[in-house]
Amino acid sequence: MSEIFGVPIAALFGQLVLGLVNGCFYAMLSLGLAIIFGMLNIINFAHGAFYMMGAVFTWFLLNTWNIGWWWSLLLAPLAVGIFGIFVERVFLKRLYKVDPLYGLLLTFGLALVIEGLFRYKYGVSGLPYGIPEVFQGALNLGFMFLPKYRGIVVLATLVVCFTTWFVIERTQLGAYLRAGTENPPLVQAFGINVPVMITLTYAIGVALAGLAGVLAAPTLQVSPLMGSNLIIVVFAVVVIGGMGSILGSILTGLGLGLIEGLTKVFYSQASNTVVFMIMALVLLVRPAGLFGREK
Amino acid sequence: MSNRVLRLAGYGLLLVAGLLAPFAVYPVFLMNALCFALFACAFNLLLGYTGLLSFGHAAFFGTAAYITGYAAKVMGLSTGLAILAGVAASLLLGVVFGGLSIRRQGIYFSMITLALAQLVFFVYLQAPFTGGEDGLQAIPRGKLLWVISLEKDLTLYYVVFAIFLLGFLLIYRTIHSPFGQVLKAIRENEARAISLGYDVNKYKLMAFVLSAGLAGLAGSTNAIVFSFVTLTDVDWHTSGDVVLMTLLGGMGSIFGPVVGAFSIVTLESRLSDKVGSLVTVIIGAIFVICVLLFRRGIVGEIQGLYRRVVGNRA
Amino acid sequence: MKRTVICGLAAAALLLAATSVWAQAKGKISGGVVKIGVLDDMSGLYSDIGGQGDVVAAQMAVDEMGGKVLGAPIQVVSADHQNKPDVGAQKAREWFDGDVDIIVGTVNSGVSIAVSKVANEKHRLFINSGAGSTRLTNEDCNPYTIHYEYDTYSTGTTTAKPIVASGGKTWFFLTADYAFGKSLQADTSKFVEAAGGKVLGSVLHPLSASDFSSFLLQAQASGAQVIGLANAGGDTINSVKAASEFGITKKQKLAALLIFISDVHSLGLNAAQGLYAATGFYWDHDNDTRKWSKAFAAKMGGKMPTMVNAGTYSSTLHYLKAIQAAGTDDPDAVVKKLKEMTLNDATVKGGKIRADGRMVHEFYLYQVKSPSESKGPWDYYKLVSTIPGDQAFQPLSLSRCPLIKK
Repeated sequence: MSEIFGVPIAALFGQLVLGLVNGCFYAMLSLGLAIIFGMLNIINFAHGAFYMMGAVFTWFLLNTWNIGWWWSLLLAPLAVGIFGIFVERVFLKRLYKVDPLYGLLLTFGLALVIEGLFRYKYGVSGLPYGIPEVFQGALNLGFMFLPKYRGIVVLATLVVCFTTWFVIERTQLGAYLRAGTENPPLVQAFGINVPVMITLTYAIGVALAGLAGVLAAPTLQVSPLMGSNLIIVVFAVVVIGGMGSILGSILTGLGLGLIEGLTKVFYSQASNTVVFMIMALVLLVRPAGLFGREK
Repeated sequence: MSNRVLRLAGYGLLLVAGLLAPFAVYPVFLMNALCFALFACAFNLLLGYTGLLSFGHAAFFGTAAYITGYAAKVMGLSTGLAILAGVAASLLLGVVFGGLSIRRQGIYFSMITLALAQLVFFVYLQAPFTGGEDGLQAIPRGKLLWVISLEKDLTLYYVVFAIFLLGFLLIYRTIHSPFGQVLKAIRENEARAISLGYDVNKYKLMAFVLSAGLAGLAGSTNAIVFSFVTLTDVDWHTSGDVVLMTLLGGMGSIFGPVVGAFSIVTLESRLSDKVGSLVTVIIGAIFVICVLLFRRGIVGEIQGLYRRVVGNRA
Repeated sequence: MKRTVICGLAAAALLLAATSVWAQAKGKISGGVVKIGVLDDMSGLYSDIGGQGDVVAAQMAVDEMGGKVLGAPIQVVSADHQNKPDVGAQKAREWFDGDVDIIVGTVNSGVSIAVSKVANEKHRLFINSGAGSTRLTNEDCNPYTIHYEYDTYSTGTTTAKPIVASGGKTWFFLTADYAFGKSLQADTSKFVEAAGGKVLGSVLHPLSASDFSSFLLQAQASGAQVIGLANAGGDTINSVKAASEFGITKKQKLAALLIFISDVHSLGLNAAQGLYAATGFYWDHDNDTRKWSKAFAAKMGGKMPTMVNAGTYSSTLHYLKAIQAAGTDDPDAVVKKLKEMTLNDATVKGGKIRADGRMVHEFYLYQVKSPSESKGPWDYYKLVSTIPGDQAFQPLSLSRCPLIKK
């Protein structure tokens, strides 16, 4: 079997593909975070918890009412989004006049509460969720077996991410959203209901996290801790990509997933730290992030 | 005159309480609470007095703990020297982290400190000297000044109490010094401070390093008390804990973090037996309630109440 | 005037403190109560293996003794160590500084090693049925720690034996990155190499990892005939699931070097069939084990006991019997008695505790049944062979325990 730099090609591509799949989750989650931060100036620490809720809700749908994965793609993000509306109305609205750090602390507290409750109810061992029938099995790509489902994850992520980016950056609705957060009174004077838009933005951001949860359920472990394991890496991704930049977070998420995969092949001990090391480097050279604009 | 005497009396009472406490309460619990109180006070130097929310302070606490543990156990340094080694390590880390994060403000600053702390966490997870998941165990308590044996809980308690008082007094002096005034000015209005000619970044960095060093002192002492350092000490949940302690106790006063630390440590130890994993939920709920309704913290609310009842006399 | 008030207040405080010193009864060995502490992972990765089941098992032993020994009542308390050695050690310290006489159960080797050190420091007993690391009876052995039920040597070598014999000569290990995983890898590797095999490599994974795919890919790339899973509980379950998802089991054999019946229950027979399981106890082994296990299951909602639960029951029972025989609950006397006794109960026959603290007894090699072979829930194992205690466990001559004089 041929080798690159002393590593068999199969292993290299295998890890790269896995890294790409991980990168998809990073991208989706950091997209939601970037939307919420870019529009609302809130760091949503509870993002990981919403992701986890999406996954657990998917499991719940199957287990309790035998509702399959396809329906969960629609229902779970909806449920998570509705919960997001509740959170925004009841908690976050009160903090817009105060230092944004309080928003961070509030969402941190919320994350603890949500995860703690789910942990209490479901334990940490993980809830089993099978891969949907259609996608079971693997494609024999020659150099590795690619489980069909993981391929679907990549496809779905790319579709969702670029659609979202397009809507926000290139459509009128997106323009209203962006304007509404830059200058709320002015936009409100034009007759657009800004508070509702803000609520919707938060709901969409967390719904994206919920959607990521649905995608994750069959392949990663569904467990109340799945969010907190991921969230800090996602923060680093957002910092590297540039806090407000939507395209930045998508590309950075995918890219970092690939880099992590590469690291696992050549120097697997560093695979946990490589994202943070890159972050430190980027901050030295470009404090606003790779795609960011100074706010 | 009467105000001042009352305050001195208050301090005196607290001192006496501190000296006699180990006879009434399990000393190991008290020492743990004191270490976290020092940690929270050090953290508040940055948050309450300079206006910087560091979300990665556990990195300093844990680094000093690991270095102290290693120095005492493997290198055989005497306890005092081991603690100093730990503090030196956290000061150094403070310079590095500070240098990287000071350039940014507000939320960006917090995110960067969080991510840097995670970097440190993963390094310690891999590094053989920390023992990874097993932790650094059986750290000898040793002797203070080569003579006083620290094996007995009671002796160690007084040493820990003394260390706490030292750290606390240092923070007190810093806050009430010209340096401290500049920090408060930066917190209130950074642009104004710059326009007055102060090198704001230098002041922020100095505050950061001082805070890191004192957090390290807390960590080193904690390592000696428990003879044990694990990854929990560098975990971001510990960073979150110290934020909560400061928030709950009140960031506007020097006693706030102490009250907050004692409250949270007591809560966690009393509740974990009874409600197990619900402790996280309760901690999170306290966070939420504090941020929404209770921003001044316990001490802040008491001060507010006092002022309303007694009136604002000059 | 103000000064007098203040002095008065200070004096009052001093007086109050002084009286509280007298009023407080300093905790010592409780005159009048024997307290048994079950310290376990109650909510995490290993909670199905020991967890609440251990509390039930200990209580069953207490009930069998009639709730009293030498006229004193027996109490069972429990706590969650959350798989954190510092939490476990702190709890052990608090318990031993108070009136808990013995700690039993305790899955998780990192926690157990920490607790055994506290037990040694405070001169109280620690009988561990849950941890695997052989360090407890080698490098970290001490007179107050007894390692009951099983260890990584017994399960690792017993599982590896048939695999190596049937041609599995090259191995790659997927190891949990802490004391237990490393111990399991080390003990099994020694056996594999002694039997003429070769260890091609290994990869460490974090405890409670969420995704094993990248580690398994490395195992696959090594080309080894056998992938040794040096992990347990949830980690083993996820490794097995991921291995089948990636088609790894088509070309390579999986060896679950430590697997419990609760793991097989979670995995399901479809995924777990064919795996070898080395264990010191299986509920369906004989009439005695069946009777005891059904009583256990009745209290645990139908869940059958793991060998850790059995060990906790057995060790608690014999601890209480040793107190009775020795006429005191003084730890030194009780340990001496325990090492003299031959242990017989519903779960153990002819067990003995050696000078290094190692409890030695008959060990069994089972294989997981296929779904068609199983006649009902929990009917998961078929017996392959029985190994006498002195062959299953590390021989005393090879012990690295400082207590053993050579």
